Amino acid sequence: MNKVKKNNTVFKKFVILPDVKHKVIKLSENTIEKTQIATLFFSEIGEFFLFMFHTFKETFSRSFEFKEFLHQCYQIGNRTLPLISVTGLVIGLVLTIQSRPVLADFGAVSLLPGMVAVSIIREMGPVVTGLICAGRIGSGMGAELGSMKVTEQIDAMEVSSTNPMRFLVVTRVLAATLMIPILVLYADALGIMGSWAGANIKGDVPFVLFFSQAFSAVSFADFLPAVVKTFFFGAAIGVIGCYKGYTAGRGTESVGKAATSAVVLASLFVIIIDLIAVQITDMLF
Amino acid sequence: MENLTHIAGMESAGPNKPVAGNNPVAGNVIVAGNVIVTGNKPVAGNKTVKTEHVIEIDNLEKGFNNNLVLKNLSLKLYNGENLVVLGKSGSGKSVLIKCIIRLLLPDQGTIRVFGQNVNELTTKGLAEMREKIGFLFQSGALYDSMTVRENLEFPLKRIKKGLTRKEIDEKVAEVLDNVGLGETLNKMPSELSGGMRKRVSLARTIIVDPMIMLYDEPTTGLDPVTSDEISSLINDVQTKYKTSSIIITHDIECVRATADRIIMVQDGEVYKEGSIEEFNSSTDAIIRSFFK
Ligand SMILES: Nc1ncnc2c1ncn2[C@@H]1O[C@H](COP(=O)(O)OP(=O)(O)O)[C@@H](O)[C@H]1O
Ligand SMILES: [Mg+2]
Repeated sequence: MNKVKKNNTVFKKFVILPDVKHKVIKLSENTIEKTQIATLFFSEIGEFFLFMFHTFKETFSRSFEFKEFLHQCYQIGNRTLPLISVTGLVIGLVLTIQSRPVLADFGAVSLLPGMVAVSIIREMGPVVTGLICAGRIGSGMGAELGSMKVTEQIDAMEVSSTNPMRFLVVTRVLAATLMIPILVLYADALGIMGSWAGANIKGDVPFVLFFSQAFSAVSFADFLPAVVKTFFFGAAIGVIGCYKGYTAGRGTESVGKAATSAVVLASLFVIIIDLIAVQITDMLF
Repeated sequence: MENLTHIAGMESAGPNKPVAGNNPVAGNVIVAGNVIVTGNKPVAGNKTVKTEHVIEIDNLEKGFNNNLVLKNLSLKLYNGENLVVLGKSGSGKSVLIKCIIRLLLPDQGTIRVFGQNVNELTTKGLAEMREKIGFLFQSGALYDSMTVRENLEFPLKRIKKGLTRKEIDEKVAEVLDNVGLGETLNKMPSELSGGMRKRVSLARTIIVDPMIMLYDEPTTGLDPVTSDEISSLINDVQTKYKTSSIIITHDIECVRATADRIIMVQDGEVYKEGSIEEFNSSTDAIIRSFFK
């Protein structure tokens, strides 16, 4: 090895030839490495779609684990409610305080309730709640199913005549799909309350007046697409969390990996779905 | 331990090693619950055993990405016996029994359970086959979000559908008593010690009256006293529930306590098969490294 290198340098001193052979080898090595990464990437995507397909198929099978579904709904609410309450309130408050001076400059303070309501309902409520849930629920599902996988609990379920896809995955995905829209509506409501509180810091706005101003600005076209996209947020968070947990490797360190990658991927999906939703809404309304 | 043989109403062959498979039983014995055992065959409900060997594995081959774990492995499990599969860590013992219950699919070879080819079973047939097999996982695999009671009820409610609340409670109490843990009913698995978890896990496995038991390293990671308890529980299960068992282990005390026959696996193949005496007196270096 050393010898070859030495010879090479000595040789290079006289004639500077392009090191074609070396380059070709390096190139092909790189290509092989890249191909492997690409193969891994595509097989992961394939696996993910297969997982989605199976989840979908099992969702419409005859037996539905209703008790476990309710339990998961409760878990999701239980895990995220405090965080979402605080965030919802603060967002409304901050939005109001921040935009008030600007509106005051234009003499348009009366538009404040409507503006805040529209921005909370259309964008802030869904996306912030979605991201919080991606973090809290995505990681929870990833870690929970991951550790069940590693400690053979999923295998144990399978040998006691229970389809783990149906029992664990379908219930969780459906629970997330149902609960996240509800949580978003809750966050929206708290956001508008926070906004009213913010408006009351300077000046005295009656509650009823504030709300009638807020809601007169919100149209059905603001409301419907915003609600529809949250169902997709929920489904994406559920599927990704379960997928990452369910396909966790062997060994305990893969539980942590499953949880983190679930959060990253779920957050990314929330953002991407939001982007797509904006485009579609733009076209339709 | 004592109450086990009394419930079953059987004469155990002795505290140490009951004779497998051919304990004569006088008349009908009612094993608690509603399963009636007649004669000396391990008959749960009205399923009858026709074959002499309950599991037959032929030339099994299984690998994971270029890593051939099992190559050309063949073995038979006879009715009523405790077969110990011995081998060092990573020799593919867990892979072997996971193939039997089709948690893993073999690359080559056939596995027959009660004469049926496991790989050709339909979903329904597979479920039926799994109901007859109890699998004690290496890690115990207790559901850690459920209490001990819920853990035990889980397979019971799903495999033996249509039991009344009273029957379920009785069955849960019975198996938990059998493993000597009656008082842990409402505890979470995280509150139990390693040995207790193994025993709860064993209780969860026997609660559905399996005909075949697969134990994956039942004593690994336990202290010698607890290991002995588990070993004698394995023997109790054999006598009481008349099961045929495969016990995977590298714990030689467990082998001595439970084995009717031993198969040693090395490099994915059967290295030696024989009785405990044959293994004890063997001069082979690899066998000696286990039987010090
Ligand atoms: N699901 C799996 N995926 C990849 N490799 C596996 C899997 N299960 C087992 N192996 C590999 O097979 C070999 C045997 O494992 P195992 O049967 O668990 O050994 P043991 O005899 O200790 O029970 C190990 O090298 C392990 O890494
Ligand atoms: Mg093992």
